[in-house]
Amino acid sequence: MREIDVRIIENKVAELCIEANHFLGNDVKSCIKKMTSEEEWHVAGSILKSIEENISIAEEGVFPLCQDTGLACVFLEIGQDVHLVGGLLEDAVNEGVRRGYTDGYLRKSVVADPLRRVNTGDNTPAHIHIDIVAGDKVKITVAPKGFGSENMSRIAMLPPSAGENGVKDFVVETVENAGANPCPPVVVGVGIGGTFDKAALMAKKALLIPVDKENEDPYYADMEKELLERINALGIGPQGFGGKTTALAVNIIAAPTHIAGLPVAVNINCHVSRHKEAII
Amino acid sequence: MEHRIKEPFTKEKMKTLRAGDSVLLTGTIYTARDAAHKRMIESLQKGEDLPFAIEDSIIYYVGPTPAKDGMPIGSAGPTTSYRMDAYAPQLLDLGQAAMIGKGQRNEDVKEAVLRNGAVYFAAIGGAAALIAGSIKSAEVIAFDDLGAEAVRKLYVEDFLVTVVLDAAGGDLYEKGREEYLKSIGK
Repeated sequence: MREIDVRIIENKVAELCIEANHFLGNDVKSCIKKMTSEEEWHVAGSILKSIEENISIAEEGVFPLCQDTGLACVFLEIGQDVHLVGGLLEDAVNEGVRRGYTDGYLRKSVVADPLRRVNTGDNTPAHIHIDIVAGDKVKITVAPKGFGSENMSRIAMLPPSAGENGVKDFVVETVENAGANPCPPVVVGVGIGGTFDKAALMAKKALLIPVDKENEDPYYADMEKELLERINALGIGPQGFGGKTTALAVNIIAAPTHIAGLPVAVNINCHVSRHKEAII
Repeated sequence: MEHRIKEPFTKEKMKTLRAGDSVLLTGTIYTARDAAHKRMIESLQKGEDLPFAIEDSIIYYVGPTPAKDGMPIGSAGPTTSYRMDAYAPQLLDLGQAAMIGKGQRNEDVKEAVLRNGAVYFAAIGGAAALIAGSIKSAEVIAFDDLGAEAVRKLYVEDFLVTVVLDAAGGDLYEKGREEYLKSIGK
């Protein structure tokens, strides 16, 4: 049994909130660079260049990548040989978010109640998801999620007869309906199977997979490739002004499901596809 | 086409713009997003004044990050505009010259743009650090309790925007996609 003080987790969460809002992953940066070089539509090319310029300015540490510094989604993988001490884990994560968003001059975008809508003033509470895994370490992933793209996400409980084509059409249709709203080029996270709630969680977790990583299952690797081609043939383009580059990547996570069901969830992320990880 | 427009932001100047044109704006504009729009419409219903003169004004749909020491503002890119569709026509009918945001608008807004000779601009969504560089001053003038959603008076210099909806009925989101697809033979 390894003891880990939750204050170490708190400090790390605070750091990751700031880091994630200023530094895009190398996978996303390389992908944008590659797609900029392949984009032939003039307007689209100039938008992509502005996006690259924005990334460089944010890296100087003064201005966050986007003004929507997101709802802080915090994913924890906790080894089952870890004993957490020094306080409650949830309190520590929220304190980390509070400090990160305050000290980092990040926007406070959370309202305490969905209908009465009073801002909590410190971007808490975070959306926390915990998985218990093997080992004696804690992996923390902070993924600030902007809501321009979150609002364009969808879920469907398809009948099994809809099959592969039904799933693919639903994904492409979701991106097409979203149009310019989610700040294309987007990253598309897809969850297939499980239950209603699990499909949505898998779609969100799919956004944490590097955009240059091929699916380990060749069946889903082919589907990701086909979906990306279909989405980039829509012509929506960067910012919806027309062009080839509508999506940077499609990532799929699938899971066992019920004999009567075929859940599919599509979580859209903007080009500022942020997440930072640390292992304690 | 590229334009450079300085205040006052009159309808006469807006009428010359066409969907797809790039425009560099210099002058005073105002920020308002979801909560501020709701309050402004409630003010009108109660017969109260708006926080700024709406005639020939430009409203930027943005909720910036907090300003660091010595900076006028934090990151300040556009938010998605359709959430303001319920409020925008009434403000356009009162003389608002232009809106800046991103994403598609509904038919009510498109008709209000046409009816009033107004314009809907898009700024680059997610390029908030880049856009911050063209904002030279910022001051909260109303609804301070709303934090990022408060109404701010901004002075911008060469703020790059693209015309999406113009006073002649043009829509860049339709036109841009069609022209691109045509260029690749689809």
